[in-house]
Amino acid sequence: MALVSPDNRGLRLVTRYAVLILVAVIFVFPLLFMGVSSLKPDQQLLSDTNSLRAFLPVGDISFDNYSDAFQRAPIGVFVLNSVLVTGVTVLLTLFVCSLAAFSFVFLDWKGRDVIFTILLATLIIPYETIFIPLLLMASQLPWIGGGGIEFGWLNTYRVQIIPFIADGLSIFLFVQYFKDLPRELIEASRVEGASWWMIYRKVVLPLSGPVIATAAILKFLFMYNQYLWPLMVVQAEEIRPVMVGLGYFTDQLNVPWGEVMAYLTIITVPVLAFYLSLQRVFIASVASTGVKG
Amino acid sequence: MASKLTRSDRAGWLMALPGAGLIATFIILPFFLAFAFSLTNQRLASPNPTEYVGFENYRDLLGLSIFTLEPERNEAGDVLVDDDGQIEYPRLRKFTRNNPDYPKLQGKREWFSWQSGENRTVVLASDVVFMKALVNTITFVLVVAPVQAGLALVLALLINQKLRGISLFRAVYFMPVVVSIVVVSILWQFIYSPGDGLLNNVLSGLTFGAFQPRDWLGETSTALGAIIAMSVWQGVGFHMVIWLSGLQTISPTLYEAAEIEGSSKWQVFRYVTWPGLRNTAILILIVITMQAFALFAQIDVMTQGGPLDSTQVLVFQAVERGYGKQDISGGSTISVILFVIVLCISLLQRWLTRERN
Repeated sequence: MALVSPDNRGLRLVTRYAVLILVAVIFVFPLLFMGVSSLKPDQQLLSDTNSLRAFLPVGDISFDNYSDAFQRAPIGVFVLNSVLVTGVTVLLTLFVCSLAAFSFVFLDWKGRDVIFTILLATLIIPYETIFIPLLLMASQLPWIGGGGIEFGWLNTYRVQIIPFIADGLSIFLFVQYFKDLPRELIEASRVEGASWWMIYRKVVLPLSGPVIATAAILKFLFMYNQYLWPLMVVQAEEIRPVMVGLGYFTDQLNVPWGEVMAYLTIITVPVLAFYLSLQRVFIASVASTGVKG
Repeated sequence: MASKLTRSDRAGWLMALPGAGLIATFIILPFFLAFAFSLTNQRLASPNPTEYVGFENYRDLLGLSIFTLEPERNEAGDVLVDDDGQIEYPRLRKFTRNNPDYPKLQGKREWFSWQSGENRTVVLASDVVFMKALVNTITFVLVVAPVQAGLALVLALLINQKLRGISLFRAVYFMPVVVSIVVVSILWQFIYSPGDGLLNNVLSGLTFGAFQPRDWLGETSTALGAIIAMSVWQGVGFHMVIWLSGLQTISPTLYEAAEIEGSSKWQVFRYVTWPGLRNTAILILIVITMQAFALFAQIDVMTQGGPLDSTQVLVFQAVERGYGKQDISGGSTISVILFVIVLCISLLQRWLTRERN
């Protein structure tokens, strides 16, 4: 057996870090470019791409792009809409899907297994294959409003929220987690006369922190980044989410690239900060979609 | 197992109902409506009643014919050639427009053709743009699935080392996953922009100026490839994490045993790591395939299907019809075709990677 000399080990360590850093650069540079460019006037932003200056906050640096961007579009409204639609959907998803999963795992009822199998089968339907018929449905669905029954969901918050509350993956994640909870705990509560609702609220939910985080994070990413659906169903400015609001900047004859970069930074950095502060939970969430699938 | 303690039909139904009802209404119902609409002439809003049209929508999209053009000849039977020496053929239009002798060619257009002897064989399609979208989508999936899965595995192995600060690198590699593909698409337009774009500059720097700048998104030969590279960049972190969780389920004692036996690194990977990743591999391939077929935002932001339909894809076509032209039946038909392909490929992947005992 050959002895590894200390020098050799040091060199190997350096190579390993060099590779890791090189790969990290590949993943970071477009985002760095975004943040840095948002501080530059259009002319300089475009001419800087021929050198490393593209990634450095040098030259004529200011926050003008940000104030111009806020003048061009009601960015506050877009952000608020995205936060509202995403937040409400995430909360409703957690409630509706955990409740259904609770019923599938802990209760015995007629038709349970058939319904669960059908719900699982929907995992193979990509949303993109149902959006077109869903668009027609959304244009005709009824709703009970202030003036009685009205028809049509287009240009509303509900059309952005309700179709995405329940999905097979969220229910599946809760079911997988609930299966590993000790059944005796639930049966003991039953013996003591607790109602199912009480057991769900007081026994199961308090034990479900990790799966709640997982389901919430996956739904958050899906909802905040939605593009195609709001593009089709939302035309009114006052309920537009951030990804569709981008059109205010890119649908111009002369695209104001500095403002575009400022807008992208505004809608991306909070999510990145949120991710980086909770990165272990984010990564564990994605990992858990693969463990038992 | 049924026990009296857990038997509860009423509570069970009540608790499952909101979730099951919403999925039935907003996923299962539109799924079946897609099939139903594809057999009609349904529009988003129309004064005329909707009619059943059978498989006409499918014929309009999938119709193909092969037709052989024979050269024009003069009275002596010699082949006519033009001034450049090219063989002259009758115009296709003579056969595809109101020619009662060729009812199957009616309305079709040339998709591609090749020379066979002095004849010219032409493949005609009812909808050439759809055919291009179909081929591009399948190309995209066939490239992205193995490349992204493979790179994700390499990254996972890289990040699975025991090094100080490794979780920082893991966090960075995963970062593009939380960024919207819409945002990513706009940023990468700068990377791909012609002339002084970032990629052109890097390549000409690396080759000391020998590289000729290209218009990556503006040339038919590079546009789809450029979108593939960007999509892999954005998605690879997601699957890296899934590989990583697969890697961590492999028992460390297996690695210790391999070390004692003096196995090489490749042998360890081939005989310990890879067999432990079977199920992960199947899952990752299916997930990437499903995600790849749904390709839309990149196209919508970067190329709108161009140049010359070289980046047309199925979802973009479905949206252009169903939403853009308000042709719900046409969009639904493309959706159904897309779903059938996704289903077949996932079944095929499952079958190809089945346990062989």
